[in-house]
Amino acid sequence: MHGNVKLVSLAKDYGRLTAVAGIDLEIEAGQYCCLLGPSGCGKSSTLRMIAGHESITSGQLLIDGHDVGSLPPARRPTAMMFQNYALFPHLNCLDNVAFSLRMRGANKCERHARARDKLALVEMSDFAERMPAQLSGGQQQRVALARALATNPSVLLLDEPLSALDAFLRVRMRGELRRLQSDLNITFVHVTHSQQEAMSVADLVVVMNDGHIEQAAPPRQVYDAPDTGFVARFIGGHNILQGQIEPGPEPTFQLITTAGRVSGIDETGAGPRGAAAVAVRADKIRVGPPQESDGTNCVPGRVRTLEYHGATVRLELDVAGAEEFTVTLAEADYFAAPFQSGDRVQANWDVDAVHLLAR
Amino acid sequence: MPYLQILPLTLTLLVFLVAPVGLIGVVSFWDYTEFNLIPDFVWTNYRELFESRVTYSIYLSTLKFTALTWVFTTLIGFTVAYFLAFHVRTLRWQITLFLICTIPFWTSNIIRMIAWIPVLGRHGLINEALLGSGLVDTPQEWLLYSDFAVVLAFVHLYTLFMVVPIFNSMMRIDRAVIEAAYDAGAGPWRTIRHVVLPLCKPGIAIGSIFIVTLVMSDYVTVQMMSGGQSASVAVAMNNKRALLQYPAAAADAVVLLGVVLLMVVGLMRIVNVRKEL
Repeated sequence: MHGNVKLVSLAKDYGRLTAVAGIDLEIEAGQYCCLLGPSGCGKSSTLRMIAGHESITSGQLLIDGHDVGSLPPARRPTAMMFQNYALFPHLNCLDNVAFSLRMRGANKCERHARARDKLALVEMSDFAERMPAQLSGGQQQRVALARALATNPSVLLLDEPLSALDAFLRVRMRGELRRLQSDLNITFVHVTHSQQEAMSVADLVVVMNDGHIEQAAPPRQVYDAPDTGFVARFIGGHNILQGQIEPGPEPTFQLITTAGRVSGIDETGAGPRGAAAVAVRADKIRVGPPQESDGTNCVPGRVRTLEYHGATVRLELDVAGAEEFTVTLAEADYFAAPFQSGDRVQANWDVDAVHLLAR
Repeated sequence: MPYLQILPLTLTLLVFLVAPVGLIGVVSFWDYTEFNLIPDFVWTNYRELFESRVTYSIYLSTLKFTALTWVFTTLIGFTVAYFLAFHVRTLRWQITLFLICTIPFWTSNIIRMIAWIPVLGRHGLINEALLGSGLVDTPQEWLLYSDFAVVLAFVHLYTLFMVVPIFNSMMRIDRAVIEAAYDAGAGPWRTIRHVVLPLCKPGIAIGSIFIVTLVMSDYVTVQMMSGGQSASVAVAMNNKRALLQYPAAAADAVVLLGVVLLMVVGLMRIVNVRKEL
């Protein structure tokens, strides 16, 4: 199988500005990889370097073991789908899809036949003769996808593919992207700033910040065990507490924070010391009226806001020493013992809700 | 009420466009002697025009000037616009270079034409240089007061009318579309051929309308740069006017207007200009 992408200390500078600061990453053939991060984190530059639309300042880009870093885009086994689709406005859908085949010298018959196949793949056969301006956003995206797939690339690069769609279509299209990827069994590299999008489609989520990779792991691992405070904050659903670490009874550790003592399992086994931070899963926290406790994994707070989300209820608490403290309660649990905003409460959780952050 | 709002424009157009053209149309049917205009309705002016072989040779020569000017202004205009739109990165430089392109327009057409005389003349810059370097023995006569000089002056005068609309078309092209062409394996030339050029068609058409209307109706440039040796429709028309043959000149004008309108309609048929406006 083809489509293994390997970045070796890949870097991109724009003059004195560093966009990508030497990243290492391996994407297995046939994986769906999402590059996730806030704008300006270097995810788009990384994608464009893989595509060949941006020169590589230093480092290596290997696809299936070949160094393709200096090849023009068309000679790499990649194809790109652009953010606003970038369909050729003067060509109909069929000729848009057939364009790259035309550039490769395929005759009209052959390229139209192949373009029709690709349009069928994205269920756009009925629109072959339409001009791009006559299509809706979702339809344009399908045509752009068919166009990118026309040359049978082994790596498909998608630059914010869903950002121009409305929320409803976005959810539908991401499902279709995922299905298409597993049907074609090729590597997808998808750039997005939406953690929800990344988590729902990717095999491998690469969280980037400031030109670095913060964490590259399967979605569940990124959510359950974020490596860094940045990842925990960006993914959401975590509360970060900072303090001084002390060894606890094996295999636990204790973190002394302003709000109280936090105890968690030391997954590293390294016996961490000094200043540290932990992430506490918002959906694993219980909230109840204040009562006596030993002060471990238990913090007092005051309800600031309440949001009803249907299946869940989201609470924001004022907790001493934490910039933000949110709790996600199941709807039934909340309504069994509801609170008002302004109520004094106590939040508590088990050791397995706590994850020690590396940074 | 909506009619009242379009009244000023309607009046302006009626007084300054429809009425004068109508008047020319009316006069073209008048009769005339050497001293008199005789209000009448006769076809003589048109008949004489169409029966004269001179008319056809003059139209041929005017169309030749138009075609040559169109070819060169389009080539130069496209190249300059392409450079400005795709190679100049910052808006500030684009505007600066654009303004530099307009500098010749700060002087009048006549001065810009006269400026060629010391360059192209028998003892002009080019001839002196050619003689001095020993490339030729005698001054080159074809440089000035020739069809060459006429086309050269036209190209110099009107290229900007091509640059502006093509530049405008190019600036509307999404840069990602160019990248998509590159991604699909089109090199720079094929990107121009298959993507930039088709998307610039409306701009080229608008520029062509300028060139066609300006060159077809020009008489000063042809007169000055050919030294009176070449003719154009407007030169012939002006000669008739000078001889006080107003009805004949008017008939000339009506036919020229018809020809130019046909050419413009033809251009609009080929290219959908409307989406550019």
